[in-house]
Amino acid sequence: MMTRLNRLLGNEEKAQISETQVDRSDIEKLAELARIEISESTVDEVAKSITDVLALVDQLQAADTDGIAPMAHPLDATQRLRVDRVSEDNRRDDFQKLAPAAEQGLYLVPKVIE
Amino acid sequence: MEWETVIGLEVHVQLATDTKIFSGASTAFGSAPNTQACAIDLAMPGTLPVPNEKAFRYAIMFGLAIDADIGKRSVFERKNYFYPDLPKGYQTTQLDEPIVGPGHVEIQLSDGSTKSIRIHHAHLEEDAGKSLHEGDFGGMGHGMSGIDLNRAGTPLIEIVSEPDMRNAEEAVTFARKLHSIVSSLGICDGEMSQGSMRFDVNISVRPKGTETLGTRTETKNLNSFKFMEDCIALEVERQIDVLEEGGEIIQETRLYNGDTKVARSMRSKEEANDYRYFPCPDLLPVEIDDDYIEDIRKQLPELPDARQARFVEQYGLSEYDAGILAADAATAQYFETTTEACNDAKLAANWIMGDLSAKLNADEKTINDSPVAATALAGLIVRIKDNTISNKIAKQVFEHMWKGEGEADSIIDAKGLKQMSDTGELEKIVDDVIASKPKEVANYLGEEDPKKRKKMMGAFMGPIMAATKGQANPGMVNQILSKKLNEQG
Repeated sequence: MMTRLNRLLGNEEKAQISETQVDRSDIEKLAELARIEISESTVDEVAKSITDVLALVDQLQAADTDGIAPMAHPLDATQRLRVDRVSEDNRRDDFQKLAPAAEQGLYLVPKVIE
Repeated sequence: MEWETVIGLEVHVQLATDTKIFSGASTAFGSAPNTQACAIDLAMPGTLPVPNEKAFRYAIMFGLAIDADIGKRSVFERKNYFYPDLPKGYQTTQLDEPIVGPGHVEIQLSDGSTKSIRIHHAHLEEDAGKSLHEGDFGGMGHGMSGIDLNRAGTPLIEIVSEPDMRNAEEAVTFARKLHSIVSSLGICDGEMSQGSMRFDVNISVRPKGTETLGTRTETKNLNSFKFMEDCIALEVERQIDVLEEGGEIIQETRLYNGDTKVARSMRSKEEANDYRYFPCPDLLPVEIDDDYIEDIRKQLPELPDARQARFVEQYGLSEYDAGILAADAATAQYFETTTEACNDAKLAANWIMGDLSAKLNADEKTINDSPVAATALAGLIVRIKDNTISNKIAKQVFEHMWKGEGEADSIIDAKGLKQMSDTGELEKIVDDVIASKPKEVANYLGEEDPKKRKKMMGAFMGPIMAATKGQANPGMVNQILSKKLNEQG
């Protein structure tokens, strides 16, 4: 789990360590990547909350899981597949009523620069 | 210093399914914007993806074709990034447990050698939508971009090679071979201009004889073999220049404009781990059993290498010709239909690789859209074989057929192109031409060397062919002319 989190944070070097401290810079980086605004005054609080949650996860890490394959999903089931047949009608007009702006069938967004 | 180029490819192949990878919306190309983007493709709250069985089937077909291990358990992950053409804010893709494991593809190079290119893996994922910029959709002047999500969710396999290629020829040959494999399997329509196959090229250079890989750059989204070749040449030159001037290569993504032949940096990849992959909670692991794989294996169509060997064996073609005609299923089919109808594999091969392919290229058409059908081409070849027309006239007839003016026979009749094989008529024309050229006749008779004599006959051939509007049977004219000339002496 810690490995995973550190991978999420891009901290390959931390990925081996299980003691987890989340600091301001981690929170700022995650917020930026997730496009979530966290106000300056709450960054420390959020860092502490997440550190607490991770401490709980650290406890779980104590369980012996040697020889047990990690699950990709909490449900111990496999995916059902769908037949390749068109089942969706064109509902563009309905969907575009929900969009802030649409023109000539296109959804309009602030200018994209490549 | 001598440098060695190292190239690896990432190839996105759009699978030719009727519907998207996670929704039942159509994938037909060229529809009005957003008419094929359903609630799942738009990431509406409350929707859930259900994977398309055919996408798995097609990916497994590819895996079997390259002799790869098939992932019995296949897991989808979320690759998180923000871009307007990706409504969910993540691309559903595969990472640690892809559907196709390590495999290999054999390529034949122009010097006759072969090389095996290793495939690291191939995974299933969804395509993104398209962003249209001002000017692309009417230019409103409001400074906004337009998003068309018809392509969003189209199933892709991303094929990742090992860095096994050492020059542009190897990379382009490998790319063509992949194109040939996926189009022969029928899992991709192979329409490069519609973006059905897109290539990302990873390039680095290192001093020849060293093992450590140099820093690489990635040029994204090339959709033509020609552009790939040009772009590799340009980037290799750039990297060597930078290194020889004592500089450093920066790991970055580059864009290449094939029309202007200019490449530029798009973004640096400093934050390479920013995608924060995690298993998609909306999708369970997909399990594939052996029966399913074996069932697919039994139904695999003929692959290009096998077809090439069969063309050599069955039709007596050269390896080279067989390789070209066997490369894609449509061309191979066209060749076999033509050959069956005209019963001459060599002539069929020459016409397809010559006049037909030149016309297709010039008009930017694929063989499936050829205005001259395989049976129609066979009809023309039959008329060359039975001496109704010469090869030269056949090229004219072909032009008319290309323009949709009808079948070979009706064009030959309508335009009076039938070869003149009437001995009496030809003899009269030959007599007239000989009579009009006493000086050339004297020169000819004065020459002893038969080789030179043969060459001197050209002076008469031209006017004779002109007098018959090119319709004289060249073999007959030759015979009559040499007989008549020799009679003069």
